[in-house]
Amino acid sequence: MNRLTYKPLDLGRWIVWGGYAVLLIVAPLVFNKGASLSLLSQIGTIMIVCLSYNMLLGQGGMLSFGHAVYTGLGAFIAIHAMNLAAQGTVWLPVTLVPLVGGLAGIFFGIVFGYVTTKKSGTTFAMITLGIVELVFACSLMFPEFFGGEGGISTNRVIGKPVFGISYGPQIQVYYLIAFWLFVSTVAMYAFTQTPLGRIINAVRDNPERAEFVGYDTHKVRYLTLILSAFFAGIAGGLGAINFEIVTAENVSAVRSGAFLLFTFIGGVGFFFGPMLGAIAGIFLTVMLSDYTKAWQLYVGVFFIVIVMYAPGGLASLILLHLRVAKHAMYRRIWPALWRVVAATALALAGAVIAIEMLYHLTLESANGTEMRLFGMQVDTARAPGWMAAALLFAIGAAWFRQARPAFAAAWNRVNADIEDAMRRQA
Amino acid sequence: MEFTLITLLNGLSYGLLLFMLSSGLTLIFSMMGVLNFAHASFYMLGAYFAYAISAKLGFWPALFIAPLLVGAVGALVERYGLRAVHKYGHIPELLFTFGLSYVMVELVQLIWGRAAVPYAIPRELEGPLFTLYTTTFPIYRGFMMLIALLMLAAMYLVLTRTRIGLVIQAALTHPDAVEALGHNVPRVFMLVFGGGCALAGLAGVIGGNAFVTEPGMAATVGSIIFVVVVVGGMGSLLGALLASLLIGIVQTFAVALDYSLLDLLGRLGMASGPDTPGYAVLKLTIAQTAPILPYLLLVLMLIFRPRGLLGTREG
Repeated sequence: MNRLTYKPLDLGRWIVWGGYAVLLIVAPLVFNKGASLSLLSQIGTIMIVCLSYNMLLGQGGMLSFGHAVYTGLGAFIAIHAMNLAAQGTVWLPVTLVPLVGGLAGIFFGIVFGYVTTKKSGTTFAMITLGIVELVFACSLMFPEFFGGEGGISTNRVIGKPVFGISYGPQIQVYYLIAFWLFVSTVAMYAFTQTPLGRIINAVRDNPERAEFVGYDTHKVRYLTLILSAFFAGIAGGLGAINFEIVTAENVSAVRSGAFLLFTFIGGVGFFFGPMLGAIAGIFLTVMLSDYTKAWQLYVGVFFIVIVMYAPGGLASLILLHLRVAKHAMYRRIWPALWRVVAATALALAGAVIAIEMLYHLTLESANGTEMRLFGMQVDTARAPGWMAAALLFAIGAAWFRQARPAFAAAWNRVNADIEDAMRRQA
Repeated sequence: MEFTLITLLNGLSYGLLLFMLSSGLTLIFSMMGVLNFAHASFYMLGAYFAYAISAKLGFWPALFIAPLLVGAVGALVERYGLRAVHKYGHIPELLFTFGLSYVMVELVQLIWGRAAVPYAIPRELEGPLFTLYTTTFPIYRGFMMLIALLMLAAMYLVLTRTRIGLVIQAALTHPDAVEALGHNVPRVFMLVFGGGCALAGLAGVIGGNAFVTEPGMAATVGSIIFVVVVVGGMGSLLGALLASLLIGIVQTFAVALDYSLLDLLGRLGMASGPDTPGYAVLKLTIAQTAPILPYLLLVLMLIFRPRGLLGTREG
């Protein structure tokens, strides 16, 4: 890393962070239709979660199946704190509720992290799964704290408005989330530059050597996990404010799995990857589930495709393409690229039509076998729809097989040239 | 006495079922270093395949065909999915199987619907096996235990007495040397993965009708078998057997015991009411805590004996 130099004014840094802040401020003004404000609020919350998750997975190499323990318990503590504040038992402005969640995250990070971080790799993953199941099972045992089936609900409008901010309207909640998101992002980025943030990378890459240099790998993982749990707790508190309800589902393995999916889809190798993942994840889960019942299948398949063919996630895909564009070599891959993309789109369309028809047939055929698909009326019990789907898929797949080698060759050539050029510059 | 014996038997049969599941998982893990997150999904697949086949051909053909089919699916997954990810390391392999578990649940729902399917115990195996004092022990429970024990014996014989078993054992520790001797180690991996999945499928065939065959069945056992593998010691088959029996028996006993700390305090002559400190904990019965016991065991094990019951390495 040759970026660790501090000039009097690091212009690039100011532009990036300033642009980020402006983006957060402007986003609700641009996307102001219908439910988009609520979507933006959710994306903001999940961004914090995924960034904190990436402190474990990306920076520490710790694959956790139990991150929802920290967001969920943070959310529960935060919502109880809000209810206490509403009763007047404690003084707590809503603006600081996420901090309560964060402190709860630290507390549970200290408690659970001690056990989980004793191990790394696969064993760590299993233990975190055990912990999340433990906490989830506890939610059935202690309905006083977890609220049983219905969860705990609250009202986020507490006391008199301060400077006209009551957190009643969604837009005010959005800006609260945006504020905490910005602060958390800066803090988590700063963490990557600290000695601990560096050592956790070393512990990820070569724990034996890190031990040899004199670092206690357990302690490094433990500290990182506590910090990660802090930010997870902040996100939990924000979620509690946003939804005004927290249920046992918030501490479940399913929720933890979703965080893992989102973060990995975004890309664990880059700091901003999880933020892309949060956006993609919310689109895939919240928006796609409005359109289709098969969304979980699509999410799962998408995730597998990312794991198999783009283990760097969306972030690496974007950066690789940006690199090609920067070296003005897009002309050379474009002819092959558009064929592959078009072929994939064709095959995808065929597969999606078939999947949608199958879902309709198995789950909803009681209400008639006809369904609307992409603006057309299709009868799922008759052959034409199926044949069209099969035909689309077959053409797309055959075209893809034919076009792929040319694209792979062009892509490899271009990247080899770029690496050559970079080496010559260096 | 009656209660103890019957609960012990039920616990044993549940524990043996857990072992059928975790043995495949352990085998795959110790061989390939892959923790197959989708293992419980193969268990579910086994139950659904058996349901579909038994509707056409009857239960007994299903008992043989369904595990073979599941094994074939597993081998395909290894050949065309896992092998491609292998070069990225163990964590992406785990992630791949994690994604696979999502997709498999969805595919099962796509084909068989979201509700439970009526996969019933065959008529020959209905009814009581024997009566102990006043409680009857169903034939099917005995049948489950028999299958599990047969499978255990078969696995032991295959691993120790056959040529392929020796190759597998050798490939566990020295894959390079085995490859140098001319054995196709990737194919051995594929066989082991398929075999492990077939074991899970077999567990599904006999577990699916003993419990419920529904899309959620993978999630209900999924976490438990990971606990079994960690508690038994990563990669130890014997450890997995002990841990399965332990967890099976502990959980079955716990579910049946309706006592709480409050009762204990009452016995000791201490009066306690809703305002006693810690009442929420005190009033919990052992039966209510049953779901968390395996995970509590896992945590305690990790604190006091991190390598598991019979594990040899610290992971």
